[in-house]
Amino acid sequence: MENNKYLREEILRMSGVNTSKCMKCGKCSATCPAYDEMEYHPHQFVGMVEMGDIEPLLKSESLYKCLSCFACVERCPRGVEPAKVVEAVRLVAVRRQGANRMTANDVPETIEEDTPQQLLVSAFRKYTK
Amino acid sequence: MKVSYFPGCTLKNKAKDLDAYAYRSAEALGVTLEEIENWQCCGGVFTTSQDEVATKLSSVRALKYAADREQPLVTVCSACHNVIKQTNHAMQTNKEFSAKVNRYMANDGGYNGEAEVYHYLEMLRDLVGFDKVKEAVKNTLKGKKIAAYYGCLLLRPSKVMGMDDPENPVIMEDLIRALGAEAVIFARRNECCGAYTSVESPETAKRNASAIVENAKAAGAEMIITACPLCKYNLVKNGADIPVVYFTEILAEALGVKEDTDGK
Repeated sequence: MENNKYLREEILRMSGVNTSKCMKCGKCSATCPAYDEMEYHPHQFVGMVEMGDIEPLLKSESLYKCLSCFACVERCPRGVEPAKVVEAVRLVAVRRQGANRMTANDVPETIEEDTPQQLLVSAFRKYTK
Repeated sequence: MKVSYFPGCTLKNKAKDLDAYAYRSAEALGVTLEEIENWQCCGGVFTTSQDEVATKLSSVRALKYAADREQPLVTVCSACHNVIKQTNHAMQTNKEFSAKVNRYMANDGGYNGEAEVYHYLEMLRDLVGFDKVKEAVKNTLKGKKIAAYYGCLLLRPSKVMGMDDPENPVIMEDLIRALGAEAVIFARRNECCGAYTSVESPETAKRNASAIVENAKAAGAEMIITACPLCKYNLVKNGADIPVVYFTEILAEALGVKEDTDGK
């Protein structure tokens, strides 16, 4: 395991989260509506960032499974706010050159007659820098 | 009463009825929604990272518009509401963020979180009053069993949104009762529908949305109401076999202004 101190500090600064407050109860993951799709779950994001073990997270599809529904933020008994950690790691990943997950060229395939604009703008906000 | 109104991208396109019913119902209740000039899309999701500034400027400009007019800023779409309210909170509480934003806002006179943001439901509760809404009802919805689906964006994070109890909300149920109908309470009313992931992984939305609809039906619901175009899309797309409508539609129906809006 690599302890990436620089990335750890960057993620803590971006998210404003103090990962050391986590008491590892797992409530964030238990309440996560995207749990089944995730390789790393919300409590693991918090724990791995705390340990500086960040590279596996940056490569994981789990970054794009978080729904930003704030269930984990609301229900964490320690006020750790895991979704903010996931968001910061995701931004570190998509801000890298050529790392945008979605481009305008993907849109025609995606939309149907009833697709709300909100779906596309939200997806772009999450999948691109 | 006049308020600054932020409709958002979807209300001008795929959710035109959400917008039209909101306008007519507000009028019937003595509130004029004055659309913010040159509003820009909120972006759909509030980016929680503190170094994201540019993505929040459209919200700040809308807030500034309302503050300059000393009007409450009213939203209808859950996503717009969440983004604008969280942005306002960041402007009020995060000095570093607010200083960075104000470098972009210098020509407009700056902004420091003066505006008050109300969701349309909060406007009905806090500025109009549900008792006044009840008095204005022309076609009671008596006998209808309606479930309020909140989803995630209206309620969370509750420390910032401050709309209602995040685990046991009552605001939409109170509206349903004011309109004469029966409010059906169900467990999954504040769980996420799958949101934007339906772009690339429809299975998340399918599982979440169908569980929400089944749960509402099991509790006795004949209809589901929502404030969010994306919730409505996900619920309908994933096989809801009871009507899923915007809360403004049942409001317009009860106030007797629904027909006026058709064809608008």
